[in-house]
Amino acid sequence: MAALAAAGKKVKTFVIDGKDVSGTEDQTIIEVCRENNIEIPTLCYLDGLTEIGACRLCLVEVRGSNKLLPACVTKVQDNMEVVTSSDKLKNYRVKILELLFSERNHICSVCVSNGICELQNLAQRLGMTHVHYPYLFPKLEVDASHERFVLDNNRCILCTRCVRVCDEIEGAHTWDIMGRGIESMVITDLNKPWGESESCTSCGKCVAVCPTGALVEKYKNAVDKSFSYKKDKLKFLPYLTTMREVKNEQS
Amino acid sequence: MLIEELLEYAEKLRDRDKPGKHAIKVCSAAGCLSLKSDAVAEELKKKITEAGLEEECWVKPVGCLGLCSKGPLVTVDTDGKVYQEVKPTDAGRIIARAAEGVSKETDPFFTRQQKIVLENSGQVDPEKIQDYILRDGYLALNEVLELTPQEVIDEVTLSGLRGRGGAGYPTGLKWNTVAKTGNVGKYVICNADEGDPGAFMDRSVLEGDPHRVLEGMAIAAFAVGATEGFVYVRAEYPLAIKRLKNAIKQAERAGVLGKNIFGTTFSFAVEIRIGAGAFVCGEETALIASIEGRRGQPRPRPPYPAQVGLWGSPTLINNVETFANIAPIMRHGGEWYAAIGTEKSKGTKVFALAGKINNTGLIEVPMGTKLRDVIYDIGGGIPDGKKFKAVQTGGPSGGCIPEQFLDHPIDYESLGALGSIMGSGGMIIMDETSCMVDVAKYFLDFTKDESCGKCVPCRVGTVQLYSILDRITKGEGTMEDLDELDDLCDLVKNTSLCGLGQAAPNPVLSTIQYFRDEYVAHIIEKRCPAGVCKIHKGERKQKEEVMA
Repeated sequence: MAALAAAGKKVKTFVIDGKDVSGTEDQTIIEVCRENNIEIPTLCYLDGLTEIGACRLCLVEVRGSNKLLPACVTKVQDNMEVVTSSDKLKNYRVKILELLFSERNHICSVCVSNGICELQNLAQRLGMTHVHYPYLFPKLEVDASHERFVLDNNRCILCTRCVRVCDEIEGAHTWDIMGRGIESMVITDLNKPWGESESCTSCGKCVAVCPTGALVEKYKNAVDKSFSYKKDKLKFLPYLTTMREVKNEQS
Repeated sequence: MLIEELLEYAEKLRDRDKPGKHAIKVCSAAGCLSLKSDAVAEELKKKITEAGLEEECWVKPVGCLGLCSKGPLVTVDTDGKVYQEVKPTDAGRIIARAAEGVSKETDPFFTRQQKIVLENSGQVDPEKIQDYILRDGYLALNEVLELTPQEVIDEVTLSGLRGRGGAGYPTGLKWNTVAKTGNVGKYVICNADEGDPGAFMDRSVLEGDPHRVLEGMAIAAFAVGATEGFVYVRAEYPLAIKRLKNAIKQAERAGVLGKNIFGTTFSFAVEIRIGAGAFVCGEETALIASIEGRRGQPRPRPPYPAQVGLWGSPTLINNVETFANIAPIMRHGGEWYAAIGTEKSKGTKVFALAGKINNTGLIEVPMGTKLRDVIYDIGGGIPDGKKFKAVQTGGPSGGCIPEQFLDHPIDYESLGALGSIMGSGGMIIMDETSCMVDVAKYFLDFTKDESCGKCVPCRVGTVQLYSILDRITKGEGTMEDLDELDDLCDLVKNTSLCGLGQAAPNPVLSTIQYFRDEYVAHIIEKRCPAGVCKIHKGERKQKEEVMA
């Protein structure tokens, strides 16, 4: 506490799911939740990258607010009362997952990320039993032009983790989004094949942060025993946080 | 330049035009121009020269006269009769009548309105600053510069003006927030990214009276402590952009924009930023991203632009019509403005009437006017003796209001209670030949195309909503689909990131609420009551035929 006070940060005390918690004024609800082992599902959020509040899975109820608030971008306040897992929220979360599953092609049994996929994992944890929206199944291209990695747009959920990690951590900004609405697509450079990208450094950070099978390493799968960016991402992810802290100190 | 010098400057410019006694005003807004009002103006000029009546009459291009469906419109002096559907061959007769004297306009379309925002529209030449100055233009700005910023904000707060972009946030409160946040480098943005189908209020104001918007922005900048401003206008409005550019140049030359306005220490510069055709850029955070040169996508609020806006600085962002209300409020006082309208919605509102109505065009009425008065008295009712079915307000974010609520007053709260919104002012009237399921499908088609794709409920949810509606209009829907629509609308409404997604289900929800029978007819009876949807009775009919 003394260290915090010295850093000039105010401490806020509040309640999450009936539990008294505290956090500094620059912390978000999700950071305090993770410190206190309160589970909130997320897909676009990744510690170390800019929060964008896009996947809407981390929505929580805050007493006094008539809208649901995304926990990843909402700063903590004194005396706020947060509910992270009401029936209403659980229902919304499952439906958002169902929408994601219906959007492109997420047939787990034929996916290289089967078993190490965050989307699949969340669907199991949140108890999604079936998708009751019609599958849209757009026919999207697979870009295998890079010598080590593959982009399969059919598995992409547009969380933009790859876009952010490439821009904010690697500093290459190879990835970005093209098009809008349901036609949005991640692209490399100005929609050139990945293998011809001039800005890509082949660092593999995008592959490591991708929650699904959209970005994968060639010749690797979930049962492979050797090192893989995807499977061993926990070895890699703390690096993101460190990098961001360095960045923050510099700015 | 001081105000006396400004007036002198304006008079000098006016005299250079050599105006005659009677001004023959020809509408030069986009609607009438597309009906060749410029040819009418040319012919009028020619006839005046031929008849040697230069002393008596002169031709003056003006902004929107309102009755767009009956253009080209021509009128004489103030409150003169408005000649409709004028052809170049009518020129001689109009000049002859003008020289005789002015007959007053009696059509309720013109007389039932109360004009504040549009008071100069149809009166001044939008390309000449002198016209605006000689109608008390920039007078308010001059007076404001002698007050303290807080006094200006208090006056706006007293007026009760609420944001005219649609959500109705109290303008004074917004100004106060920006004024109190930070010290330097603040911005003022005018949102002219009007994207609702069938809405053209902002376009007409910019085309007809651009200086009024600039004056409002300058007053706002003084009040909140900003020195730079942007007008974000969509590329689809080339004439508005042209006139706005011209107006900025003239205002800078006259010293009412730029450095040391009216000889004070206050400086304010305005630049134009042109949108690239994305509806979502009307959402303030997406608009700011677009000005910054980034992808036009909204971000979660808070923090609101008033705290963290353009390039991270506190930013005041208001709609065109909101800014257009500022100069009259400062001139006549907040109390005067607050006396117009209802308890919670003050002042007047501009509406664009479109759809199945006799008088398509631009109108301005006090808040609290009944929908029925707008549609039947001013709008002239439904053409061809057809029956009224619904009025759609608020564009893709609004809802459809059926006949039983026509006597409700138009204000933010009443329209909200009916499941619609005030919106920016688009009003689409539908008669018995419109199918409400088809209308809902049309708006969902629009929102699904305009969704930016950032958040999941809006990106995928609107597509799924559209596909259910599409199924129903093809006669392939089931009663379960109706429950599914309700359920999915609830999800999209409550979990989407920005206003576009949160309001996208409104057209569906309001049509299910008021026109459930039409949905049921499509599903059970496989027929479209309005005869719009082509339902193939395919299988059932074939089976029946086989049985026979």
